[in-house]
Order: sequence, then structure tokens, then C-alpha cells
Amino acid sequence: MRNVSGLLFSGGLAFLLLVIATHLPFGQPLMLVGSDIIQASPHEVGSANVVAAILLAYRGIDTLGELSILFTAAAGVGLILGHRASQNVPPTQVKNNSGFISQKGIELMIPLLLVVGFYIIFYGHLTPGGGFQGGVILAIAFFLPVLVQSDARLDHNIISIIEGLAGAVFILIGLWAMFYERPFLQPFFNGLFAKGTLGELWSAGTLPLLYLALGLKVGAELAGLLATIADFSITETQGSLSEDDTQ
Amino acid sequence: MIWFVSLLVFVMLASAIAVLLLPNMLAAVVASSVVSLALAVLFALLKAPDVAMTEAAIGAGLSSLLLALALRRLGLWRLDDDDVN
Repeated sequence: MRNVSGLLFSGGLAFLLLVIATHLPFGQPLMLVGSDIIQASPHEVGSANVVAAILLAYRGIDTLGELSILFTAAAGVGLILGHRASQNVPPTQVKNNSGFISQKGIELMIPLLLVVGFYIIFYGHLTPGGGFQGGVILAIAFFLPVLVQSDARLDHNIISIIEGLAGAVFILIGLWAMFYERPFLQPFFNGLFAKGTLGELWSAGTLPLLYLALGLKVGAELAGLLATIADFSITETQGSLSEDDTQ
Repeated sequence: MIWFVSLLVFVMLASAIAVLLLPNMLAAVVASSVVSLALAVLFALLKAPDVAMTEAAIGAGLSSLLLALALRRLGLWRLDDDDVN
């Protein structure tokens, strides 16, 4: 009876959604606010990718807030799971059962992932993509060997140095705009960071530098977070194994 | 266009059901990343390349990495079905 009523309910819901969907014009924008920004942003910011102009120029402080959310998440994971990794359990006990093919395949994948990640970051102000997507790809590139070879570890010191430097660069560029009597994180164009021609790599002022800092910070943050979880799982498994041995 | 979209939706539905039915845990993780990959292609067709890249990087890449890490944590990382200890 419950199955029949559930089927009736989901069928009715699907019917209602279909009726609503047939009345909506598909692919036509209902929201027309964005057309002003699409018109204005190439002249004001000089970035060919409108999404990058919104993320870093019009809503730069929101992006800083997203970075701080990510930092808080990584700090929370490190606080809860990190203390077990410091006990320095020898990492050779875990049986490495991921296989020869996946290890060699990942060795081939890492340079490709690095190139793709840095390409997406550097061309973020020209083509779709940018700091977040490229940073995630960089994090995957650095984390894959840890996943496959269970005795490989990421160096947390280097990762935290990269992360801190990238975050500091992001905020320093924002403060540099205030030095020219502009609001915090507003893009500015002078000297080396000229507005340039629309669509060239060296254009859009400080936006590429901001995207590079963003990508490095996201990549280091996520790689450190995943490595913390992986270290935790290794030490935890070894702890349970050694307990089994003593019993 | 509409046939390609229907094919993509069919692939997404089939792999989402395969996640539930596959006995091998690693294959289920791969099937769940296929759902995200087809969704990313769908986003790219709908002229949202930024969202498509995010979906491909996070949905297909990072979340399946997390699931694979959880499999290793639980001791379920094995390639063959008959390798059950």
C-alpha cells in the first residue's frame, strides 16, 4: 500500500513538473539584469570572460569570502583529524593493492593534469574556467599519488606555505588598490598591469594575478584537506591492525 | 539536439541506477562519476561552460576521489569481486 501511494505521489509530482516545464520557454533568459553587465564589463574591466569579471572585479569581496569558507573547512578537518597523523606511524604496514596499471597510469596523468590546471588558471580571464576549476584540477594532480601508493605522503609544510602566500597575495592586491584611492579589491590598471587589448593573455589588469593566487590557494587547500583525510585513514587502519595483532 | 539530450539523460539515469545495483564498490564510484560527467556535457550544451567545468572537476573528479578514499578507509578497495577475504 505504501509502495502504491509512493508511486502515485511521484507520478503526480512528475506530471505537475512536466506541466510547468511545458509552459516555460526553454533557453530564453527570464532574467534580464545580466545584459547590462555583459554590455559594460569588457570596457570597464577588460576581461573577455564575463564570469571572471563578475567573480574578481564586481564581486571580489564575495570571492574572498568563499576563500575564507574553504579555509575554515580545511582548518576544521585539520583540527578534527590532523592530530593522529602527527604520531608518526611507519607507513609501510598497509598492503598496497591498487595495482601496477593504475600506478603507471597515474604517473602519466600527472603532467597532463598539471598542464590543464595551469592552462585553465592562466586563461581564466579569457576563456571559461578560472581559479576554482583549475585549482581543483591541481589538487587532484597532487593528490592522486597519495591515493594510489598508500606509502606516499604530501608535504604539509610546503602546502601550507603555498596556501598562505597565495592568500596573502590575494589580499595584498586588494590593499594595493586602496593605495591608489580606490575601494578594496577594485581592479586597477597602471604600469605593468595595463588593461591591454581585449582577448590577449596579458590584459585585464590585475585579474590574471588574482586568478593565479585564487587557483594556487584552492589547489593547496583541497590537496591538504584530502591528504589529511588520507593520513587519518592510514593511521586509523594501522591502529586497528596493530590492536588485532596484540589480541 | 533533443535526441542527444535524451541520450545524455538516459546515460545519467542508467549509471545512477547502476550505482545502486553494482556489486563492486569501485565500479559504483566510477558509475557515480559518469553521472556527473554526462551532467557536465549537458551544462556545456546549455551554454554554461563555467558550470560544466566546475561539475567535471568537482563532481566527476574530486567527489569520486573522496569516495575512493572512503573505500580505502573501509577496506573495500578491491578490483575483483571474488577477492573477498
